[in-house]
Amino acid sequence: MHVFAELLDRLAFSPSRNAKLRLMRDYFRSVPDPDRGWALAILAGGLDLKLQVRKAITELMAPRVDPELFRLSRDYVGDTAETVALLWPQADVDAEPPSLSEIVADLDGADAARLTMLLERWLDRLDATGRWALLKLVTGGLRVGVSARLAKTAAANLKPVDVAEVEELWHGIAAPYRELFAWLEDRAEKPDISNRLVFRPLMLAHPLEEGELARLEPGEFSAEWKWDGIRVQLASKAGEVRLFSRTGDEVTGAFPEFGDEIWGDVVLDGELLVVRDGVLAPFNDLQQRLNRKTVSKKMRADYPAHIRLYDILSRGGEDLRSLPLDSRREGLVEWHREHQPGRADLSSLVAFDSFDALERVWSGTRENGIEGLMIKRRASPYLAGRPKGHWYKWKRAPLTVDTVLMYAQRGSGKRSSYYSDFTFGAWREGGDEGAILVPVGKAYFGFTDEELLALDKWVRSNTTERFGPVRAVAPGLVLEVAFDSVHASKRHKSGVAMRFPRIHRIRWDKPAGEADRLETLVAMIEG
Amino acid sequence: MKLDPHPESWIYPDGQGLYCAPGRFHIDPHRPVERAVVTHGHGDHARPGNARVLATGETVEIMKVRYGEEAGGDLQALPLGEPLTVNDVSVRLAPAGHVLGSAQVVIEHRGQRVVVSGDYKRRRDPTCAGFEPVKCDLFVTEATFGLPVFRHEPDETAMSRLVGSVAANPERCHLVGVYGLGKCQRVIALLREAGYDRPIWLHGALIALCELYERLGVPLGDLRPVMGADKSELAGQIVMAPPGAVRDRWSRRLPDPVSVFASGWMRVRQRARQRGVELPLVLSDHADWDELVQTIDDVEAGEIWVTHGREDALVHHIGTIGRIGRALALIGREDEDD
Repeated sequence: MHVFAELLDRLAFSPSRNAKLRLMRDYFRSVPDPDRGWALAILAGGLDLKLQVRKAITELMAPRVDPELFRLSRDYVGDTAETVALLWPQADVDAEPPSLSEIVADLDGADAARLTMLLERWLDRLDATGRWALLKLVTGGLRVGVSARLAKTAAANLKPVDVAEVEELWHGIAAPYRELFAWLEDRAEKPDISNRLVFRPLMLAHPLEEGELARLEPGEFSAEWKWDGIRVQLASKAGEVRLFSRTGDEVTGAFPEFGDEIWGDVVLDGELLVVRDGVLAPFNDLQQRLNRKTVSKKMRADYPAHIRLYDILSRGGEDLRSLPLDSRREGLVEWHREHQPGRADLSSLVAFDSFDALERVWSGTRENGIEGLMIKRRASPYLAGRPKGHWYKWKRAPLTVDTVLMYAQRGSGKRSSYYSDFTFGAWREGGDEGAILVPVGKAYFGFTDEELLALDKWVRSNTTERFGPVRAVAPGLVLEVAFDSVHASKRHKSGVAMRFPRIHRIRWDKPAGEADRLETLVAMIEG
Repeated sequence: MKLDPHPESWIYPDGQGLYCAPGRFHIDPHRPVERAVVTHGHGDHARPGNARVLATGETVEIMKVRYGEEAGGDLQALPLGEPLTVNDVSVRLAPAGHVLGSAQVVIEHRGQRVVVSGDYKRRRDPTCAGFEPVKCDLFVTEATFGLPVFRHEPDETAMSRLVGSVAANPERCHLVGVYGLGKCQRVIALLREAGYDRPIWLHGALIALCELYERLGVPLGDLRPVMGADKSELAGQIVMAPPGAVRDRWSRRLPDPVSVFASGWMRVRQRARQRGVELPLVLSDHADWDELVQTIDDVEAGEIWVTHGREDALVHHIGTIGRIGRALALIGREDEDD
């Protein structure tokens, strides 16, 4: 546990992705099975204990720390787990700390009384960092800035192999992942998961570059709409259905309606959307269903989930990924005709003779739920990752609006000495005071390193107020912000929320008073 | 035990600071006064412009370096342990272990003894004399880390983490944010004790006080100014700078710096993360909770006044051990490193 606690501690304080990868890889390399496997499960979110320890903690702290001192400490630290970790009296420094495997094994099936007893024994044998890590581990939510994908990437780096290979295995293997590590260390063959319902890494597209169409042969490509939802993969076999996000996280629990359908033995690629009575709802509606572990009946009824199918990866146990896109499309159509699922339809193809004709379709489309066009090579096999020259995404032209810089915040990591996170606003009628600025969004990319230097300098010399790492600036700099779409939002003071806002251009030339008004943004709301 | 007359009849805070009436002097006044007794050289304790100053010789030297001509009118050095009659009281200075020159003020008047500790710590510090507990009737203590969550790590642990991180990141420099008086020199001295004998690079604002420490007999080894150094030269090196410079444009001249901060606040994760610290070291020149509690036991005072910091918790604790505790609000005191 001590080494794992050190790892979590270092991860929490290391802002850079590479540093985190190195820390995890070194840990996997130096720690033996099964501890490292449990660590991987914990980091990749596969061992979400979420135990209720509040009562146990209260019982344990009462005889150890004066309740008033505990309360004052808790108020200051702001986090119960950390407060307990810091306050716990160092009991037996020479005792052997519990191993990660011991903790995982002992927690299995423990009732409340046993949990209290276990926690007491472990807390006595750990130092402050170990106690913090233990409490974070049992309560869930490590918050050390590591995504499941990053943890899997660190493991993949042992061999090294592409993370896609680990992701493909992931749902076919189980913690503590002995067979995975054996393969990654060249001590064994790759685990055989052919009989299991697993995630296949997705094929992704490149953004279409300026002028790139001219170099492509229209006859070699097909086009379809790019739907504005969440890319998912649905895998089904023998009555079991699993739904995965594009990163291979399982999201089946949040969308139980798909389990009610008969899919057969198949793996499908598509876009998760909310479709109400055959009508596609705005992205905002889908957002109501995301990031939930469970879902109520009302949620299901109000925001019915639907998949628009792009591709078929396997059918009847046969892997179709090496077939060309055209053949897979035929297979997909055939499968769909046979099964007629109520909650899935086909993403239809957009016919075109020339790219000029396609461009007219593309630029003329501002329909709800369409992000743009996908252009796919008819001969492409289904390849994991983002292979070059196969699929292109042609996002519709972004919307732009001229805003006024209001606040700037220091960045993190390499950008910690720069004001690099910008909050910008639009004008609104403010009654007696005339026009006032209301914040409409935040962006921290879209500019070059040189522009960042200039922005940073401007912020420093136009500061009106400071709030910790944030500076308020005088309304004097116009930022042209590009974004994909804008939605009504009750959570924002302005009443609007942008999707993917980024700094498009810095309008050094434009007076702040001529920036756009909030009404302009409101008029762009769809749906 | 009730004291008679109660010391608060002759020592109390007024508009300038803590005032000792029969001695006719203030202790660490925050505004210029006729006569000041200064516990140590930090800016929130030693202020410029007093007509007469009484302090240890080291503190007087520090004030001269920091304030030059403004340091005060008559600067009188009083060696540690030597009693001096000041009007109707007897004054002596006892080591406080906080920074070089730091002292507690021991005041005796009509058979009562009051100790004003200033800032202090109990653990060993290679750059200054160690704290000496003085039994007294009334003890005035600081409470910067007056919560039981504050327990500083052993110096050796902090230093081995720093040296270990330097070795593990040869292409990056380690930028240590330190207060210019005390913490800077202590970290350097601890690094030297840990066997780190490479050059240590300094921000310009830290140089004068390091030179003074050396002149006063605290060896600090090979120190070099960052100014003028080549960026590539600083890879794999330790650089020290005031906390303000760490996250400012100044740090852009350094090769991919690991941000290190040595402070008691680093015990609380959120505080460290808010500052963007990559390597937090829990190292302070202030007493941690255990040291505060130990000191209150050691001095055996029946009454304790608690100044600047988290007074609530310490006053509560003093109550639970059957003594009298009082929060004493003194304006002009700052949190360490904030």
